[in-house]
Amino acid sequence: MKIYVPLDSAAKALGADDVADAIRREAAARGLDVQIVRNGSRGMVWLEPLVEIATPEGRIGYGPVSVEDVPALLDGKMASLGPVDEIPWFARQTRLTFARCGLIDPLDLDEYAAHGGLAGLRRAISMDRAGIVQEVLDSGLRGRGGAGFPTGIKWKTVMDAAAPQKYIVCNADEGDSGTFADRMIIEGDPFTLIEGMTIAGLGVGATRGYVYLRSEYPDAIAILTQAVKIARQRGMLGHDVLGSGQAFDMEVRTGAGAYVCGEETSLLNSLEGKRGTVRAKPPLPALEGFLGRPTIVNNVISLATVPVIFEKGAKHYADFGLGRSRGTVTLQIAGNVKRGGLFETAFGVSLGEVVNDIGGGTATGRPVKAVQVGGPLGAYMPVSRFDAPLGYEEMDQNGGLIGHAGLVVFDDSVDMLQMARFAMEFCAVESCGKCTPCRIGAVRGVETIDRIAEGAPGAIDLLTDLCETMKDGSLCALGGFTPFPVMSAVTHFPDDFATHREAAE
Amino acid sequence: MHANAPAPAEDEIRAIVAPMTSLEGPLLPMLHELQRIYGFVPEAAVPVLADVLNLGRAEVHGVISFYHDFRDHPTGRHVLKICRAEACQSMGANALAESTLKKLGIGWHDTTSNGAVTVEPVYCLGMCACAPAAMIDGRVVGRVDQARMQRLLDEAGA
Ligand SMILES: Cc1cc2nc3c(=O)[nH]c(=O)nc-3n(C[C@H](O)[C@H](O)[C@H](O)COP(=O)(O)O)c2cc1C
Ligand code: SF4
Ligand code: FES
Repeated sequence: MKIYVPLDSAAKALGADDVADAIRREAAARGLDVQIVRNGSRGMVWLEPLVEIATPEGRIGYGPVSVEDVPALLDGKMASLGPVDEIPWFARQTRLTFARCGLIDPLDLDEYAAHGGLAGLRRAISMDRAGIVQEVLDSGLRGRGGAGFPTGIKWKTVMDAAAPQKYIVCNADEGDSGTFADRMIIEGDPFTLIEGMTIAGLGVGATRGYVYLRSEYPDAIAILTQAVKIARQRGMLGHDVLGSGQAFDMEVRTGAGAYVCGEETSLLNSLEGKRGTVRAKPPLPALEGFLGRPTIVNNVISLATVPVIFEKGAKHYADFGLGRSRGTVTLQIAGNVKRGGLFETAFGVSLGEVVNDIGGGTATGRPVKAVQVGGPLGAYMPVSRFDAPLGYEEMDQNGGLIGHAGLVVFDDSVDMLQMARFAMEFCAVESCGKCTPCRIGAVRGVETIDRIAEGAPGAIDLLTDLCETMKDGSLCALGGFTPFPVMSAVTHFPDDFATHREAAE
Repeated sequence: MHANAPAPAEDEIRAIVAPMTSLEGPLLPMLHELQRIYGFVPEAAVPVLADVLNLGRAEVHGVISFYHDFRDHPTGRHVLKICRAEACQSMGANALAESTLKKLGIGWHDTTSNGAVTVEPVYCLGMCACAPAAMIDGRVVGRVDQARMQRLLDEAGA
């Protein structure tokens, strides 16, 4: 009997290791011949640990499974969720980037290849550089790290740059609250990222790559390091990638707990062993990046999406989506929500559908009050904006941003003044210190919000002015976008700022 | 490493970082390795790193102090990180952190008087769909309530 127990760190955080041990123990006691496969997560964090038993009818899911459930599970007495790929939450997705995540043993390269892995890389090997870059352009893929910049244009800049050495740098700093897509794919299907980086290397003529992975993700670091080793042993990486005669190799580097190091130029400084301060642009990293060489910096999901684009063709990918947002968005539904997890779907789904329909509303059962979309620099969206479709331009028109596509749901017990204060506090703690409006402004922001709470007249106007100064005078989006969560809280939830005033009067 | 252990010798530090000198951008990997071995980055490492990498001491100091991860002093036997970011806040992380610190009678970054646990804030552990989250010595725990936190503290001997 083959039983799958996820090794994803969210599953482990909910007891998956203990469940795997219990299955081993109870199976031995029953004299059952059980093979336990540690797969990635299917993304349904609300069902983790989600155990699957392979049957002739497909993989049958059980979850959440606790240690106490294991005897019943093995005796066939536990209620099942049915075939996992028929669970409605899972079945209604369009899984392209995450197609293999949760399906396979993340470190089994043969299984990876058996499920479509390496097909994209083989196709890329048969193409020339311009053809590879054109394929990415045609796919319409835009950067999933936050800014939504067209990936193909960035690649073309690096391809066209002449240099003795070019680099592919993967941004796996994933510091935004409410996001875990990078972590989940690295833990669940690391070869996808390696394959995507390799295709990038072939496309622009870069032979070396780095993954800058945040230190808060020790499990992801361990799995990716292991996967790189295996890829090298098996000839997927090295001086002769899959026998192509072309070279590409990569290393995993660990971040050191600075949020700002997710910003690409700060990341490059950090990778070079410097303080993670933000660099002024130009020069673009594409021309003068790591060690001054032409460098692609792409988010994990951007790079991990490249293999499926090459496997199925740019058109297949571009056929999904809305407007200028092509393909799928890997939503991360988080916070106070009933059914949270990783949900991959074509761009265009509305915010309300994600929160209420897919997410099932709040975990506490209270009414939804606000959803922060796009991490700590993203706006708090009120329920009145739930019609907003999730697309880059569409969210912008609604005063928000998609960012890395994390959604954090809050129920009506949240005090939006406190959330605004936290946004300023976070900016103050994480500022790289280069610009005064960010470094000092954020500290003033906290003080000003405290004065609003005390009922000081005119403090809201002060805060508004301060936010304008931060927007205009900041080099990067940490200082420049912190006003989004702050001002969206003030604008959409005036009562939370007014009640304090009235209470003090 | 205990607070009263002898300061590591220069030779020892040199031997630890030597294998990494050929890396592109070797300083962060070196600092991580030193912290892995000693539990913090010993002061004695600064001149060695400056020498090996041909940097000023102030520059090395500047790098160490920039990053939240690097410490210049030992921690307790266990390090408990409690997530303070938005998704965890939406599920009661503030109250959880407050009560935990109160119970232990310490503040953020402090160590319990018996040396068992150091508590540090962290901004997101990627557990945002099973919040609130904490991490003890690199092991993540999700949906942490008061009871689960108490078990973690008991296990750590706090
Ligand atoms: C403060 C700040 C933090 C950021 N954090 C991340 C991050 O954790 N991961 C990421 O991919 N991009 C992050 N970005 C965006 C990067 O600067 C950059 O746009 C991205 O890595 C480019 O890759 P992409 O085009 O594939 O999205 C951050 C930007 C800022 C200003
Ligand atoms: S806005 Fe803040 S984080 Fe960004 S460069 Fe300026 S000081 Fe650094
Ligand atoms: S916000 Fe706490 S784990 Fe992400």
